[in-house]
Amino acid sequence: MLASLEGAVISAILVLTAMGLSIVFGVMRVVNVAHGEFFMLGAVLAWVVTTTLGGHPVFGFVAALIVVPVLVGCIAAGADRLILKRVNYDPDRTIVATIGMLYIIQQATLMTYGPEARPVEAPFNTRLSLPWFEFGDEGFQMIWPWGLSITSYKLFVIFAAIAVLIALWIVLTRTKIGLIMRATQQDSDTAQAFGVPVGKVYSWVFGLGAGLAALGAVLVVPIQQAHYLMGGDPLLLAFIVVIIGGLGSLPGTVIAALLIGMSDGIISVFFSPTLAKIIATFLVAMVLVFRPQGLLGRAPS
Amino acid sequence: MTLHIAVLVVLLGLFFVLPAYHVGAFSRIMVLAIYAMGYNLLFGYTGLLSLGHAMFFAAGMYGFGLTVNLFGFSVAPAFLTGIIAAAALALIVGYLALRTAGVAFMIVTLMFAQTVYLVILYFGEYTRGDEGFVVQQAQRSFAGIDLTGETERYFAALILFAICFLAVAKLVQMPFGKRLVAIRENEERARMLGYDAAKLKLHALIISGAVSGIAGATYGLLFGYVGASFSTVQYSIFPLLWVLLGGAGTTIGPLIGVIFMFYLIDISSGYTDAYLLIAGVALVLLTLFAPLGLVGTLRKRAFPWLP
Repeated sequence: MLASLEGAVISAILVLTAMGLSIVFGVMRVVNVAHGEFFMLGAVLAWVVTTTLGGHPVFGFVAALIVVPVLVGCIAAGADRLILKRVNYDPDRTIVATIGMLYIIQQATLMTYGPEARPVEAPFNTRLSLPWFEFGDEGFQMIWPWGLSITSYKLFVIFAAIAVLIALWIVLTRTKIGLIMRATQQDSDTAQAFGVPVGKVYSWVFGLGAGLAALGAVLVVPIQQAHYLMGGDPLLLAFIVVIIGGLGSLPGTVIAALLIGMSDGIISVFFSPTLAKIIATFLVAMVLVFRPQGLLGRAPS
Repeated sequence: MTLHIAVLVVLLGLFFVLPAYHVGAFSRIMVLAIYAMGYNLLFGYTGLLSLGHAMFFAAGMYGFGLTVNLFGFSVAPAFLTGIIAAAALALIVGYLALRTAGVAFMIVTLMFAQTVYLVILYFGEYTRGDEGFVVQQAQRSFAGIDLTGETERYFAALILFAICFLAVAKLVQMPFGKRLVAIRENEERARMLGYDAAKLKLHALIISGAVSGIAGATYGLLFGYVGASFSTVQYSIFPLLWVLLGGAGTTIGPLIGVIFMFYLIDISSGYTDAYLLIAGVALVLLTLFAPLGLVGTLRKRAFPWLP
């Protein structure tokens, strides 16, 4: 029960990160290898914002929550304009270019922020214990066991992720922005012919994808410290999620994120962490070999 | 062919001209250039972008190092084991990964390489994981020659480089090489002309993996160190960088790319710890301005006869 709540927190962060990767791939057909670095940038900037503002942690955190994703989104959109647009979104060359971006962002952070891991204080952090139902001597009763508790902050992360997902879903399916994005995704040439500014849409989408990763990172820094190499694991996990869910399929991404986040804890109960990683990595490669469209994706027509 | 001989003569001459530090650097450069040539065969000629070649380099390296360390093999059979290990791994990976293409191929090779890296860590008892192990000096002599000296090392690297260099140059001139280029340019058309594209790609991957394995085994032999860091993603990205920099699909491009990148990092690491920043900037600038690489651009602009 507790493992599954911790798993839900992991899933919540993962779903935001993977969603960013998935949207970018879905709309632009770009595999963004630098995605993990946008995540890292979000965490580092969250530290910068909260320490410069000082004051009460809630104030700094809320400011970071608003400012950082926008900032990272702008950086990503700028990178899109400056680099990806110029290589015409050619699949091979964008991969190479985003690998280059990965090193630039990571090493630039190392030069400015330094190699230390730094914590961000959680805005609120009370321990809540959870009820547990049990059949005792007096029939069905509710007890409050000592070990079963979660901090209020972690609960907040879960609900925040759900709220963002719902907002994202509404934007994608109910608004004109979503319509434009879906039109670009289906056929960018036709969309262009109908007056959709495809270039601008691409920049916005790339910024949105990076912003989602940064948002996930801002949420995670009170739990996990900000470090310049922290982008590697989220990138790999987000890749795994997006592949299993089906490249570009948003509902698939959500389900896969839940699956991976929840099973992460469970697999590591049975195997050593390295063996668990080996199995997971190999299985994902196999999924891609035999079902390139992912578990829930549709085969390309 | 004359040009290739000339390159080898220049490399031979460099030994007598360069100061000791750069002689050591060039031994390393030539070994890494073998790796780059192996990569180039798949990426430059066949058009398959792999992000997992470090697994073949590591297979060669561990195939050599582990047989020497655990079973006391002498240099020749251990070296051969390294090459066979790399080729066998390439056969398995190729059989599976070549079912996919494009982006999926990159990710699948990346995942396989990551699996290999984790497997090396998992068997840390034998491989010593990230820390790696040293191949003793006594175990690194071949036909009575101790390969740990600076001079012997340079010439051993030069000879192995020359063999691979001339073999690859010959290979891409042969009908086999031309067929690989045909697949790179238009796989559909190559298949229509009756070539078995799937089989050719598998052969290209096996040869490419084997050459990368030679580089790995040579590295272990000449520098006496075997470690898991050589199987990380970074070592899969380096050959891509070298080949792109030098010129994909050219025979001397890989060597030029390695020399350029080696000295770029060598010089910049004197100023900053964040030397990988240079690698990143180089990658981005290359994709933007010189997608053909140094030799490729020269060939297009001025010297169409360059191989």
